[in-house]
Amino acid sequence: MATVPVPAPEQEKLVRTWETAPGVYGWCATVDHKQIGIRYLVTSIVFLLLGGVEALTLRIQLAQPNLKFLAPEQYDQLFSMHGVTMIFLYALPVLSGFSNYLWPLMLGSRDMAFPRLNALSYWLYLFSGIFLYVGLPLGQAPNGGWFNYVPYTSSEYDPGINIDIFALGLIFLGISTVVGSANFVVTLLRTRAPGMSINRMPILVWGTMTASVANLFAVPALSLACFMLWLDRNFGTSFFAVRGGGQPLLWQHLFWSFGHPWVYALVLPSMGIVSDALPVFCRRPLVGYTAVALATVTTMVIGFGVWVHHMFATGLPTMAISFFSAASIIIAVPSAIAVFAWIATIWTGRPVFKVPFLYFAGFILLFVIGGVSGFMTASAALDWQLTDTYFVVAHLHYVLLGINLFPVLGGLVYWFPKFSGRMMDERLGRWAFWIMFIGFNLAFFPMHIVGLEGMPRRIYTYPADLGVGGWNLLITIGAFMLASGILLFLYNLVRSLSVGEVAGPNPWDAPTLEWSTSSPPPPQNFDIIPIIASRHPLWEDRLEDVEDRSQLTTGYLLDHGRETIGTTPLDAEPNVILRMPGDSLLPLCLAVATSVLFFALLSKLWLIAGLGFAAALVTLILWFAPEPLADPEHPRLYA
Amino acid sequence: MPDAIIAKDTLPVNGPGRLSTGWWGMLCLISTEGILFAYLIFSYAYLGVQASGSWPPGGAPPLSLALPNTILLLASSVVLEVGARRFRSGRDRSTVPVLLLTALMGAVFVIVQWEEWGRKEFGFTDGAYSSIYFTLTGFHLAHVVAGILALLVLAFWGWQQRLTRGGLHLALGRMYWHFVDVVWLVVFLTIYIVPQQP
Ligand code: HEM
Ligand SMILES: [Cu+2]
Repeated sequence: MATVPVPAPEQEKLVRTWETAPGVYGWCATVDHKQIGIRYLVTSIVFLLLGGVEALTLRIQLAQPNLKFLAPEQYDQLFSMHGVTMIFLYALPVLSGFSNYLWPLMLGSRDMAFPRLNALSYWLYLFSGIFLYVGLPLGQAPNGGWFNYVPYTSSEYDPGINIDIFALGLIFLGISTVVGSANFVVTLLRTRAPGMSINRMPILVWGTMTASVANLFAVPALSLACFMLWLDRNFGTSFFAVRGGGQPLLWQHLFWSFGHPWVYALVLPSMGIVSDALPVFCRRPLVGYTAVALATVTTMVIGFGVWVHHMFATGLPTMAISFFSAASIIIAVPSAIAVFAWIATIWTGRPVFKVPFLYFAGFILLFVIGGVSGFMTASAALDWQLTDTYFVVAHLHYVLLGINLFPVLGGLVYWFPKFSGRMMDERLGRWAFWIMFIGFNLAFFPMHIVGLEGMPRRIYTYPADLGVGGWNLLITIGAFMLASGILLFLYNLVRSLSVGEVAGPNPWDAPTLEWSTSSPPPPQNFDIIPIIASRHPLWEDRLEDVEDRSQLTTGYLLDHGRETIGTTPLDAEPNVILRMPGDSLLPLCLAVATSVLFFALLSKLWLIAGLGFAAALVTLILWFAPEPLADPEHPRLYA
Repeated sequence: MPDAIIAKDTLPVNGPGRLSTGWWGMLCLISTEGILFAYLIFSYAYLGVQASGSWPPGGAPPLSLALPNTILLLASSVVLEVGARRFRSGRDRSTVPVLLLTALMGAVFVIVQWEEWGRKEFGFTDGAYSSIYFTLTGFHLAHVVAGILALLVLAFWGWQQRLTRGGLHLALGRMYWHFVDVVWLVVFLTIYIVPQQP
């Protein structure tokens, strides 16, 4: 092997090859994973704000007993949209945003495995989000909760298009999720830099990988359930309708077979964010890398076997309940392993208390509280008392906000310099964190208490003699405080885009590959594809236990068009040059055709639905069309 | 200034089979679609276990059409596989007749299935069994139709001489068609064979 310096014209050529075209065309046609990642992040944060406004509206209604701020029907729609928004349109997509942006940079690749699929999954996400929201201004939004139980949501009890929006909207969104997940799985298997064997991948990659495999297995359950519900409601089948021999509990089985794995899909990547970023602030590698990686996978595997703990109160046989109760409690073991790994990392490190560190430390505390209440709801005997009370609402917010939102915000501060080239302000950041943290606990801790005192969940008001008016007022105040913390955070973020201190490539002195490029990275990510020899390529000169050295300035220059290197799934030995597609309007066209199809199905315009479907097919055929036979198998030199 | 490696050995560009990303992508698609069928069969079993009357309501469905149809579909996989292996080079139309024949066998399967639907005494909305029966077989039928479309498009590209031996497109089409057949075998066992009394 010989090496030659990469001449400047070659670098310019790479930039030109990978750059997105300027103007509206480029905006619609880009397949750059960095742009798509940022779009995912921005869109999901917009949905976070929408969901937040809905939540605050609910909290105003619940601030005092017997208020009439919202009508019951409005309350139903708002709490359903709040749940749907937070769970489907914020929590998972925001993590996809991080992964889309960061994966190729962390893995030493120039793009995801399927760049156009990546664009497609974003457009589908955006359009299905809009689809789910069209009913709200008309007073026709989904109103059966994010779990959408039958028979409450069957056409007898809930006529109108509300539930059809839910059913079709989630099938629509499910396509985006599956497409995106497949892309992550293949990216991980095929496009890591030479030498990045699976025991050298960042934990965020493990987390998203696990979640993506889980999505491939879980999402079809929801899509199918929604499809059956749509048939029941519109064509008179009886999957769930008792009158024709259908089974309402089938809905719950299918929904929770999806729903429980899904909650782990919402948290494993964000636990990965913490596992990768927290050690940077402790100035040492993560304690127990292998244990944490395995815990991630184990959590998911067990997570597929515990769905029935959402159904303890439905009168299932005792044997089934005991089994699922035990399985649910066992799942605490891998979570505990991860928690101990983080604590040990802080304990044995030299922590610097920057803003991201605050979020990660806060996260650990909230995770523990949420884990304890999860343990309680997982034991069937307790759950019979607790289910459908505010206790469950407390639990699920401790886990969802604690494990998803806090790492996400910490991760935003941490990677903001990579995204934008600038730092976020520390002082404003601290203020935002403490307001949020105190507000969060004021808002959600008392929910445990009102739950134990018997306040049911999913009700639009409660009687004064329940004696929980005071607590509820406190909860509402806490919720507003939390919201103002988030607003302050976003103000800081937007402000720092223009006035933040200039960051440089590696402002936190972090060890992973994404920090080896400029901030923000050039369109091609890396001039040369690096060769990796350890888990911490940028810390190798100070960690003595590494024998081999990664080569960040010597590697494969692939400059015959958009190219990156493909490696073997486990050991990452290079074995192919992957030629990547350029900008393309096909993803947007396919997403538009799909939207036409779904809007037409909702309005029962069958002819237009057929046209949308046909358009989608034509786009797909064009998408897959073989390129002209210009020596596609001709071997080529690395350089 | 970074250095580029000049290697003595070379790598293929967008190699065939497992070297391509498309092959792995198809594997992902097949897994999630396979799971979809697993959930459908779960629903079938769940409705059956919980049903108050007999399941299936009118006794086991007859095999007179379904059995030959199953054999036909499985045979189409064999035809496709044998034919595809004879495919010689990128400038060769030898694969076109095979693709068309496979598509034709698929089409006959669809017609026979349609006939079978017509012979049922119950309609789509008559009850839980009929709902799940038509949905499960209908999902499969939709997959067969998608497969036929894919085969026809492949045949068209083959006729234009745009396909290569060992190339990605043919490989993906084959994977998908075999998947559709294997799924049918499971559906057939569930719906037709399991309820038969010995
Ligand atoms: C230690 C791990 C966990 C355990 C043992 C656990 C256990 C439970 C149980 C038993 C319930 C049902 C309560 C009821 O009867 O209504 C429940 C509800 C819920 N959990 Fe968890 N959970 C855990 C982690 C999580 C995570 C990580 C999330 C999300 C990020 C989550 C989100 C939810 C949600 C959204 C509900 C509400 C379901 C509904 O609307 O009925 N859980 N959890
Ligand atoms: Cu669960």
